[in-house]
Amino acid sequence: MRALDLEYMLGLVPVILGYVPLTLFMALVGMALALVLASLLAVERVFKVPGLDWLVLLFISFFRGTPLLVQLFLFYYGLPQVLAFLTQINGVTAAIMGLTLHFSAYMAESIRAAIAGVDRSQWEAAQSIGMTQGQMMRRIVLPQATRIAAPTLVNYFIDMIKGTSLAFTLGVTEMMGAAQKEAAGSFRYFEAFLVVAIIYWVIVEALNQGQKRLELFLNRAYAR
Amino acid sequence: MIDIRGLTKRFGETTVIDGVDLRIAHGERVVVIGPSGTGKSTLLRCLNFLDRPQAGQISIGDLTLDAARASRAQILALRRRTAFVFQNYALFANRTAKENIMEALVTVQKQPRAEAEARALAVLAETGLSDKADSYPAALSGGQQQRVGIGRAMALHADLMLFDEPTSALDPEWVGEVLDLMRRVAARRQTMLIVTHEMQFAREIADRILFMHSGRIVESGPPEQIFGAPKDERLQRFLSRVGA
Repeated sequence: MRALDLEYMLGLVPVILGYVPLTLFMALVGMALALVLASLLAVERVFKVPGLDWLVLLFISFFRGTPLLVQLFLFYYGLPQVLAFLTQINGVTAAIMGLTLHFSAYMAESIRAAIAGVDRSQWEAAQSIGMTQGQMMRRIVLPQATRIAAPTLVNYFIDMIKGTSLAFTLGVTEMMGAAQKEAAGSFRYFEAFLVVAIIYWVIVEALNQGQKRLELFLNRAYAR
Repeated sequence: MIDIRGLTKRFGETTVIDGVDLRIAHGERVVVIGPSGTGKSTLLRCLNFLDRPQAGQISIGDLTLDAARASRAQILALRRRTAFVFQNYALFANRTAKENIMEALVTVQKQPRAEAEARALAVLAETGLSDKADSYPAALSGGQQQRVGIGRAMALHADLMLFDEPTSALDPEWVGEVLDLMRRVAARRQTMLIVTHEMQFAREIADRILFMHSGRIVESGPPEQIFGAPKDERLQRFLSRVGA
């Protein structure tokens, strides 16, 4: 057994950190899109739009029922063979698409549960003052559901950040890809991947701290 | 003028409102009394379409709708002419006291924010809650929440205010302040339809009392007549039970 080459690791840190913005970019864009899509899916699940409900159920079932890696390969390597216009899609776009679709299916279920958790009296009060269904959802129900769903949604965001490492398999040079390239030259695979692991860990821990603040903020209206 | 004809509401096999006819004059204050489970609250909820009646006609001012065929737009129009005060207050939990009152003014009536805010603050002053304008419902007592709930309904300047047992969920110590506020609303000759178990209050503010039993209005008349010379035997029994 040889000792860890700490000097090599320290030298690698700034190199890998250079790819953190790309990781965060994929995760943030994916999360924003997934939130929008998941909210739409959840609202459909609550109101059960005739003719659309089975499609939404099928979507959720497929994207929860198959591995993210398989979905990414389907999008990036598979679909362009069927749909010609997709050949121009680059790895980053494909990764964001895959992460969005995959996580929106999970998030839709937790948002749906959160919507169901908003007290009936809140819906009735909104209806009684003559709000349309859209106004009621946007102004009263969804904001309150957000608070209920927030802890789980932050968890999905953490999963999504870690999920961006799979973009490596689509030829994207992100943190994993960079580490792989560095290690291929130095043969210090353990050190290289350990640096990647530690950087992910630090990002996720920082987010956990952020989650505590977010929950305090979201709970401000409910404090006695 | 509010005119309700043949209003019928069934839950499954049970008929809760059995063809109720009711006319309420502008500025009239009508109190509904009767035993639990006789459809008093359902009557109010049907007038706001929180419960959808199966049959009947509801006219408020120039709006007339047929319950069986009411369109979404008609239901919204009806709700915008009525204001509802809930037993459990039902304040928007994500809005401060002031924002609770502003919400309908801004979102539904499309008033400019500044105007809506001014009206909300004026209403809060009337309810005696100016110092609670920026408090969220969770930080208010039951009595304060219900006063905001009544303020939210007052601000709408609705043709008809519906009160669904507004003091039933309150601790006894808060009942007085809520009834006081309702007295002030009544003093303005606001058209009101109130379901309550507060008999003394009903006697005091009502122009007319309706006694409901099994989904029907069995007897109606001015308070002196209902409390002083009840005709229907079920009303007599009810009054002796509640000690009025």
